[in-house]
Amino acid sequence: MTSTLRVSPAVPYARMLSVGSYRPERVVTNDEVCLRIDSTDQWIQERSGIRERRYAAADESVCDMSVAAALIAIERAGLQPVDVDVVILATVTHPYPTPSAAAEVAFRLGTNGAAAFDISAACAGFCYGIAMAQDFVRGGSARNVVVVGVEKLTDWIDLDDRSTAFIFADGAGAAVIGASDTPAISPVVWGSDGGQYQAIAMTQSLIDYRENGGERFPTLSMQGQQVFRWAVSEIAKAAQRILDAAGISADELDAFIPHQANMRITDAMIRTLGLPSHVPVARDIATTGNTSAASIPLAMDRMISAGEVPSGGLALIIGFGAGLVYAGQVVQMP
Amino acid sequence: MSDAILTGLAEIINEVAGVPLSDVTPSKNFTDDLDIDSLSMVEVVMAAEDKWGVKIPDSEVKNLNTVGDAVDYIAKATA
Repeated sequence: MTSTLRVSPAVPYARMLSVGSYRPERVVTNDEVCLRIDSTDQWIQERSGIRERRYAAADESVCDMSVAAALIAIERAGLQPVDVDVVILATVTHPYPTPSAAAEVAFRLGTNGAAAFDISAACAGFCYGIAMAQDFVRGGSARNVVVVGVEKLTDWIDLDDRSTAFIFADGAGAAVIGASDTPAISPVVWGSDGGQYQAIAMTQSLIDYRENGGERFPTLSMQGQQVFRWAVSEIAKAAQRILDAAGISADELDAFIPHQANMRITDAMIRTLGLPSHVPVARDIATTGNTSAASIPLAMDRMISAGEVPSGGLALIIGFGAGLVYAGQVVQMP
Repeated sequence: MSDAILTGLAEIINEVAGVPLSDVTPSKNFTDDLDIDSLSMVEVVMAAEDKWGVKIPDSEVKNLNTVGDAVDYIAKATA
């Protein structure tokens, strides 16, 4: 005789309960970046909108920054670490293929052995994590999920490369996703275009680095114009699809929080999307640089703290980057 | 045909980079004369692609140094 399997009870809705972030202490100005590249403060600001960024300390790890951001998010959610069932950590700069950063972070947070894993979706990683977290909560696989976006890009960029050195930086952001009585996270719109895998890529693999006798440690390279074109055309269209999936118009948004890739990309996306001028736009990149998976929660936390977006307001978030990959959703702000 | 393309291109460049319409003449270099940087150039190219239904791949964009180069390219592509 075959028994009927029990399945986890579904929950109707999930929401973002809180967000927290961690910015490394050290502020690095454009003038300091220009000590190593042939550029100027003015050129960098015109090309990227970046005035300064934060660099992590040499002994400050991806896990250290993650724990700092996640502890704030858990506290703001009114939860204890033992209430967390899953830790999803999005990064491309954890320096070990295994074990995951998430397992260490789950342990250091003081969770009760929460399920933990890393995801590799570059600058879209946070939004990929939110999509999974919402499904875990709604599907009954977890009560509360911590989603961390974290990068220590300074370990993986060439500080003498004038095309990338001024863009990338370090930081961490985290959100807690839990059950909700009302709809608070839209369906995710996501995808990839692996045909453009070389648009943002490492200069070589670590195996190649070892085999060639330690020549040229692998660093991040980027085809700026190619990425710009993709972001302004395809990602702006994806943003519209997110609004369609959420069943709202751009006019109803309380914030637009795109991945902080480049201020010029943000401005061009606003034009392509036809975003109404009354919708506040995240411009955290000016003082934070491009922190890949961390940029959206960092920007979100800044906007909430500054009172630029109200609790309960609707924010369109969209991440896009190396892969190429993208993901986004409309999220009700905690 | 080329005159119409030049006029259309001038409108795009004006919209993207704020360059006065009368400054957009065939001999002008995008970078040196019109101060259009690489990212603005991508926006100009994308708008041109939409307007004339042509494809201008990134590999070609770097060969378009002057307004005249771009007019010729679009004229050929739409011929």
